[in-house]
Amino acid sequence: MTAWRFLVNGAPAEVEASGMRRLLDVLREDLGLTGTKEGCGEGECGACSVLLDGQVVDSCLVPICQVEGRIVRTVEGLSLAARERGSLDALQEAFLEHGAAQCGICTPGMLMAARAYLDAGGGPDDAAIREAIAGNLCRCTGYTKIVDAIAAVATPAE
Amino acid sequence: MPAEPPIDVPRHLFEAYERLAAGPTRPIAGGTDVMVQITGELGPIPERMLDLSRIDALRGISLESDGLVLGARTTYTEIRRSALCREHLPALVEAAATIGAAQIQNRGTIGGNIANASPAGDTLPILLAADAVILVGGQRGERQIKALDFFVAYRKTALAPDELILQVKVPLPRGRQLRFRKVGTRRAQAISKVVMALAWQEGPKGWSDVRVALGSVAATPIRAPKTEAVLEGARPTPEVADRAAETLAAEIHPIDDVRSTAEYRRTVAARVLHRLVRDAGGW
Amino acid sequence: MPTRTLTPGTDVLDRALVVDPGQRVPGRASGYPLRREGPAKLTGAAKYTDDLVFPGAWFGATIRSTEPRAKLLAIELDPDVDWSKVVVVTADDIPGENLVSSIKDDQPILVPVGGEIRHVAEPVALLAAPDRETLRALKGRIRLVTERLEPVFDPERSDHVFAEYDVTSGDLAAGFESADLILEGEYRVGHQEQLYIENNAMIAVPGEDGGIVIHGSMQCPYYVHKALKRALNVSSVQARVIQEETGGGFGGKEDFPSVIALHAALLALKAKRPVRMIYERHEDIIGTTKRHPAIVRHRTGFTKDGVLVAQDIEVVMDGGAYCTLTPVVLSRGVLHAGGPYRCPNVRLRGKATRTNTAPNGAFRGFGAPQTEFAAEMQMNRAAERLGISPAEIRRRNVYRLGDTTPTGQVLRESVAAEEVLEQAVTASLFERMRDRTRQEREERRGVDAIPSGPLRTGAHRRASGIGLAIGWHGAGFTGSGEVHLASVASVELTADGRIRVLTANTEMGQGTKTVFPQMVAAELGVPVDWVEYAPQDTAEVLDSGPTVASRTVMVVGKLVILAARRLKETVEARSNGVPFHEAFRDDAREHGATRIDQRFEPYPGVVFDDATYQGDAYPAYGWAAAVATVEVDLDTFEVQVNDVIAVDDVGKVIHPVLCEGQVEGGTLQAVGYATIEEMKLDNGRYLNDRLATYLIPTAMDAPHIRSILVEAPYSGSPHGAKGVGELPMDVGAPAVVAAIHDATGVWIHDLPATPEKILAALHAGEAGGGPGVGVMEPAA
Repeated sequence: MTAWRFLVNGAPAEVEASGMRRLLDVLREDLGLTGTKEGCGEGECGACSVLLDGQVVDSCLVPICQVEGRIVRTVEGLSLAARERGSLDALQEAFLEHGAAQCGICTPGMLMAARAYLDAGGGPDDAAIREAIAGNLCRCTGYTKIVDAIAAVATPAE
Repeated sequence: MPAEPPIDVPRHLFEAYERLAAGPTRPIAGGTDVMVQITGELGPIPERMLDLSRIDALRGISLESDGLVLGARTTYTEIRRSALCREHLPALVEAAATIGAAQIQNRGTIGGNIANASPAGDTLPILLAADAVILVGGQRGERQIKALDFFVAYRKTALAPDELILQVKVPLPRGRQLRFRKVGTRRAQAISKVVMALAWQEGPKGWSDVRVALGSVAATPIRAPKTEAVLEGARPTPEVADRAAETLAAEIHPIDDVRSTAEYRRTVAARVLHRLVRDAGGW
Repeated sequence: MPTRTLTPGTDVLDRALVVDPGQRVPGRASGYPLRREGPAKLTGAAKYTDDLVFPGAWFGATIRSTEPRAKLLAIELDPDVDWSKVVVVTADDIPGENLVSSIKDDQPILVPVGGEIRHVAEPVALLAAPDRETLRALKGRIRLVTERLEPVFDPERSDHVFAEYDVTSGDLAAGFESADLILEGEYRVGHQEQLYIENNAMIAVPGEDGGIVIHGSMQCPYYVHKALKRALNVSSVQARVIQEETGGGFGGKEDFPSVIALHAALLALKAKRPVRMIYERHEDIIGTTKRHPAIVRHRTGFTKDGVLVAQDIEVVMDGGAYCTLTPVVLSRGVLHAGGPYRCPNVRLRGKATRTNTAPNGAFRGFGAPQTEFAAEMQMNRAAERLGISPAEIRRRNVYRLGDTTPTGQVLRESVAAEEVLEQAVTASLFERMRDRTRQEREERRGVDAIPSGPLRTGAHRRASGIGLAIGWHGAGFTGSGEVHLASVASVELTADGRIRVLTANTEMGQGTKTVFPQMVAAELGVPVDWVEYAPQDTAEVLDSGPTVASRTVMVVGKLVILAARRLKETVEARSNGVPFHEAFRDDAREHGATRIDQRFEPYPGVVFDDATYQGDAYPAYGWAAAVATVEVDLDTFEVQVNDVIAVDDVGKVIHPVLCEGQVEGGTLQAVGYATIEEMKLDNGRYLNDRLATYLIPTAMDAPHIRSILVEAPYSGSPHGAKGVGELPMDVGAPAVVAAIHDATGVWIHDLPATPEKILAALHAGEAGGGPGVGVMEPAA
């Protein structure tokens, strides 16, 4: 067992764990951040997507030893400042208004992939958005409303 | 929750070499293959793991006298974003973009693709077609292995148990053309049914240095020498394209599996080659 | 990042049902209430079963068979292992009946020693351990001693019949005699995995009263409740079932969760502590139900003008190893097998048999997607043979008001087959696009067409195609199902002045938690946020029936509305006419709690005879059309579905955003069914048993889906709604396959229409057809 230190959603975290423990398990079980979901455990569905130093990754494929000293952002940290005031950030709100979340199990990962895309300067182009979320399977929506929601946020407000 | 074998996290290559020399050790870089194998219990759980993520010597893309050099830990995302790759090896950029999706591209590495040696590894036909050389190292020293000699059997490589993949060098001969095509079940997150790279040099007397390399049609990524011979010294005419496609269909022996059929793979490999030659001929 | 506060909508006294569609109000979904549990899902706060923490809980696992059929001789525990630190459960530990409650009593909870293993991955024993390392280590130390028996995999060779139907109307022989064209066809569809992204999950907590509390992912809490009572010998009060946030169901969490809940409960009772039974993806795929594979054979008579005169249809479904819901899946499949077409002479035969593969069960559409695929293939092939447009041949045959179905049901109202057809044809510019694809085919024929040689590419890289299909879907349960269910839903004004809706109908993404409060708020004239939705906990809500069959809004919604009306009348009578929204708080203070329980009453004039299969099979039908456009890569035969226009008549749109969400999601599942979703088997074992091999469409594969909602209200519902969930699933696949035909000239008769099958069909067609128009006809 080793103590691994990193930042989660802006706050320092220290976790005693085997270096091969999955970031997914550390988040869900050691840190109680259950917003990150497990859908397949093999990097196919994207439900466990989080941001690692700003890049979207499947947390089921990341051993915790590779997270030492790095910055992790999960769905719980998507709108920390906003949530204290009981609100959602613009991306979450767009998902809500467009009906982009149905059963909700892919939603946290989908939001993180969308966040990475938007933070990298992604625009409202349909094909580019679809490529950005192609690693996140959704079985409920047919993706139409998810793409619309992301495009709505990517479009500068008039 | 999967098994958690012990793991060492060295900072320097020599430390990694020591670990590898000490006994059976499974290196991990982006984890996109090995983590799946452990979680899915798809094989024996490794006794010991070796994390490569801290070893900076394995990073970086550079242009050197003998070609484009990619550190083993270069991710697919880094390849896609690299100005050097886009300029000198656009086919590899194209291949990187077809692998998984953002999450996998951000983590998966070219060294991992080589080490995992899947017959469906999407970058491997490009390395074969481009005469790439793989630099490996260990306590016994470094050596270069041609990509052509690297994949020896199903998921078996020429890498010794105490060696690491350090770099892959891709020669950049002036005037070489290199094309890539992947056929998968869907447009992202798909393992290839057929993947092909075609390289040639344009000359006054026709094509030379022709390389036809394929994945997912044999136990390893392969070259197709008989087909190459048809194209060598020829021009990309309809007759040549027909003959090359027919030769390729006879030369490869793919199998039926969960992803596709032998018949489809054979036929479509030939058709893809036919198309690439046709495009080159502009007819 | 700019943020906006979500204020509860107390500032808007919204008559939720009368906000104009399309009017966008900030903080609302297109003017309609936002998804009730949406903020929790979007912030990660929503708790799904695996997110729940129960201190001291153990981890459970299932020991499964590896053979398709065998006699179980013994269960051997490795003597070198200390088994005292864990618990092992076998059939001997079951206090009540070793049966999973379903239609027939044939499925054991665990195969007993001496009993018969009937499929690969069948549960035989259970194991629970304090930690997962121990669990993983000991799982492999339990050995099943078996004696192999001969398995049956072909449903047509099985001699064990789960159900059979034979429905006849008119005079079939006379019908065929009057036909100018008799077209035969055989169509096959395979397993489809529901692939909800949240795997099955159950946590069982033993109660002090000897009872058990189940927390889990499910569609139907009362199904689980019934199963617990029977197998564990516990009372209705001792068994308590709580549905937690559920990450998709699509039918896959209709009946099978009962099995998992029983497994968790047996372990928890023996271990005397909570036990978590959380499936991983691989286990979920190999261990739980799928859509039934089917073989559908048609013999159809048409006049030369394309008018249907005779349909002789035979449906064979593979039930898998146990009966589960197979008889009702088959029944729905058979009743929909003719498609939404008037035909005077019909015979519909159906049979479902047992095979040694994992049991099949409910999946969106419930038998209808299988048979309607065949019906629409037949109609599209007939149109081609007769030289009539696919749209026109349907115009000549679709059900209209007053028509009679094969069960003798007269369609007295709410018939929108023609309307969905015309809307789809118009919105997609169907005839113009068809002209264009025809021209493109001609051009390809002139140059070197597809495939000018199997190993040779043509001048063209891609071919476009457009395809049309329509369908119908009976609303609610088949036949007398709803009468037998006798559901009860409630609306309550609590003593502290809150308004609550109480039903057992679950939210699994489709929007129950949003639309029920919306409907009640509209009735009561209060803001939607004033109406609470009680948790789906059998200790709190009565049995309003399962959340299946697209019945929630239509059937239970009616009960909820009627209960709300009665509550309003009661309160307003007591307040001497002061409107409910002003009177209810005082009423609660004065009179305490008032709860109205509303029981289902048969739809007036709807009569069905289960014995003769005559009468009104469903109170009403929803109608659907889909037009798909595809591009086929002529080198590799990869198919990209570019666009789908989906037109669905749902009776009444309660919430357009959620309703479109159902249409879009169902359409993509149908596109997946048509193109890439494939479950191959080897000796009864699924080969596509992981997400790396069972592929569903990603966002890059998904077409642009445009949904057009049509309202042909049903008078039996106060709101007119008929249900939406399953409708789009019935029409997407035949539309895509017709589009592939339009592009390539080949008909693919078995789903999915993979590039491998397109290539094979093109080769087969080469000999007979001209260049570019390979035609594969089934053996006549």
